Amino acid sequence: MFGTYGGLVGEGVLGLNKRNGDYISRFNPRRLYPLVDDKLKTKRLALQAGIAVPALYGVIGTQHDIRTLPDIVRSHNEFALKPAHGSAGDGIVVIAGRSGNRYRTIGGDILDEDFLSHHLSNAINGQFSLGGVQDVVIVEYMVRFSPLFERISYQGVPDIRVIVFRGVPVMAMVRLPTRASRGKANLHQGAVGAGIDLASGITLDGVIGTEVVTHHPDTTYAIAGLHVPDWDTILGIAARCYELTGLGYIGVDVVLDRDLGPLVLELNARPGLAIQIANRQGLLRRLKICEERADFGAPATQRIEFAKQEFKHPVGASI
Amino acid sequence: MNNRHIYVLSAVLTLLGLGLFIYKVHVLGFPLRAQEQTQIWNIEAAVRFEPGPAAVKATLRIPSLTPGFALLDENFVSRGFGLATRNAPAGREAQWTLRQASGPQTLYYRALVYRDPSRIAEDTTPPFPAPPQLDEPSRIAMEGLIAEVRRQSADVASFTSELLRHLSLAQNDPYVSVFLKRGSTASDRARLATVLLAGAQIPARLAHGILLRSEPGPVQAEQLLEVHDGVQWLYFNPRTLEQGLPYDFFIWWRGDERIADIEGGSPADVTLAVQQNLLDSMLVAERRAEKLGSRSMDFSLFSLPIATQAVYSVLLMIPIGALVILFLRNFVGVKTFGTFMPVLVALAFRETLLVWGIVLFVVIVSLGLLIRFYLERLRLLLVPRLTVVLTIVVLLMAGISVLSHRLGIQPGLSIALFPMVIISMTIERMSIVWEERGASEAIQEGVGSLVVAAAAYVVMGIGALSHLIFVFPELLLLVIAAALLAGRYTGYRLLELRRFKALRPSGKTSGTPSGSAT
Repeated sequence: MFGTYGGLVGEGVLGLNKRNGDYISRFNPRRLYPLVDDKLKTKRLALQAGIAVPALYGVIGTQHDIRTLPDIVRSHNEFALKPAHGSAGDGIVVIAGRSGNRYRTIGGDILDEDFLSHHLSNAINGQFSLGGVQDVVIVEYMVRFSPLFERISYQGVPDIRVIVFRGVPVMAMVRLPTRASRGKANLHQGAVGAGIDLASGITLDGVIGTEVVTHHPDTTYAIAGLHVPDWDTILGIAARCYELTGLGYIGVDVVLDRDLGPLVLELNARPGLAIQIANRQGLLRRLKICEERADFGAPATQRIEFAKQEFKHPVGASI
Repeated sequence: MNNRHIYVLSAVLTLLGLGLFIYKVHVLGFPLRAQEQTQIWNIEAAVRFEPGPAAVKATLRIPSLTPGFALLDENFVSRGFGLATRNAPAGREAQWTLRQASGPQTLYYRALVYRDPSRIAEDTTPPFPAPPQLDEPSRIAMEGLIAEVRRQSADVASFTSELLRHLSLAQNDPYVSVFLKRGSTASDRARLATVLLAGAQIPARLAHGILLRSEPGPVQAEQLLEVHDGVQWLYFNPRTLEQGLPYDFFIWWRGDERIADIEGGSPADVTLAVQQNLLDSMLVAERRAEKLGSRSMDFSLFSLPIATQAVYSVLLMIPIGALVILFLRNFVGVKTFGTFMPVLVALAFRETLLVWGIVLFVVIVSLGLLIRFYLERLRLLLVPRLTVVLTIVVLLMAGISVLSHRLGIQPGLSIALFPMVIISMTIERMSIVWEERGASEAIQEGVGSLVVAAAAYVVMGIGALSHLIFVFPELLLLVIAAALLAGRYTGYRLLELRRFKALRPSGKTSGTPSGSAT
């Protein structure tokens, strides 16, 4: 057991306690949390800063507003409903088609208006928010995911998670939905996580849970070796999210839209640690490299250059 | 942020907590274990006399300086008499007075005595005694005896024991026979020794006391010779010639006087009696703190009404339960519903006991979940739905109580304290996790909560621990210190070792991908 402990230390693996105690509490001032915990605020900030996000169709903030949903989505056949304070994708409904008062989700379920209203009122009452506080639901553009990932994802939208440490992207992965994850890009529900080489934007082998998988379990295509398009743009967006929020340790979730390119979905002030398993690399080592050598005050382009140089896969054991 | 700050703070808290704790254990004698009992003795002096026609004054010497023992309580029983206590040269005295008395009178003095090794004869060093006034033959005999004994001794202690040895051989020693008749008692010899020691310029006095025996009944006063060697008082038994204060010897009064004097009545007939008792150590400590003038008792939980004390004996254990949870969450990495929900469940287990409590918890939560899933189909709003779930939980508990009463199972009745609101919230949270993240995650967290609650229950149920915390609430400062230190623990959690197994150097070799297409 102590061997394992030492092994993890040697690999520079970041644990929850260290993440919370040494990074989140040090670099993420609590007063800035609302900027990322409230997806509506994040979206508005990003729009101001010119960072691409899915277009906002409307906001449902009260029980009364629920009836306005048909008006909001009148001209949109496809849209996504997101509780502004939801975490880990809880409460998100993606509607891919509509006929009359029936809605078809991306997963193929048919929902009637009643069900949707119930879901919305639950969301507004805080069922999906941390601590059950009142919430609002965002109605936004449904991302049409780029065909690139079509072969290695099962329904749903694969998204790219980049950990940004004080403006420097330090690690990235793509989350690929599976049948087991019911089309959600959530690793703990069984989605595949695959690391991405920061320097080149090329995917590595994936993991499900802690098991290494080389091929997507549902589509059976190889996961590794895929070149993520617009990689520099993605890194650029991620790096700029630091200036956007002022939070020093964040996870930036980006999706690739077929037509619009990379869009920021949400930011996370307490990004999970599974990204280390997906990359089979410890985060701590990279964070330490940043703390030793990075110039955090430099403009985004230089910070990205730094990341590409330092974090070319695999990052060697010697620091 | 600043680790040193935290170390200093927790060190200060630890020292403060331990300091108070040690003070209370060593100085105030607070018991470390529950149900601990202290040996105490009831001592009693009964003074009987026939009063004369005029005013009566009865004087009784009462304990004051009692090396090895301390007085817990004392009282005087004397109907109609005026009472005063005062300090006399030989110790303390109680004086009863009455203008007119008729018939035989009995006065009682009673005291509670407990062993207290910290008590020593702490009176000041006495002055050199004046040489005794003796007639010429006696003076010559005394000087001869002193010269002889001095020759055979080295210091005060050996001088005294040598002197006592000479005295005990009364009839064979020409000097001694001047003073002592054949058949002299040990107390006569001790009294003589004080005179002779005064002649040798050594302060000495008689100490009268009783042996605190375990069997109850009257006891005879016995005498010890107290001799001051310039630093401390030494004790000699004139009968056995042994030096040292016997372990059971309780010094009642000192000097040549009798224990009681009566003015205006027949000579006193004094009976001393002892009875051994056991008293709750906590009571002894309380009284003792009172006597020492310590304020600690005024601000202790023991000053609260008993019902409130009972509540606090439970409440004070909650931080301990929280500490268990802290450990299991931050060092082991167990997932639970809600941060401190398991503590409340653990509290409920106190009423139901562990196994039955777990059964009840599982039954109620499972039934609640079933109903919650049904309610989901009715599409209720959140707060009304919670209200329904809560009401159903209460009804379920009532139902279980009635059913188990019918079946004659006792523990079912004791679920009243089960935290219904917490359980309702747990059901709600669990059903959401169930739907959003799948059954396995929900069950995992549910089982985690139960395991943590059980662990907290077991630790909070350690009798010795709850006694310690209740008697020494300052120990909770140590809990704070531990939590502060744990707050800066940034190492891995036990379960993370398994989670990140793939990242271990050995685990990596198998996983190093073919697809390193870089």
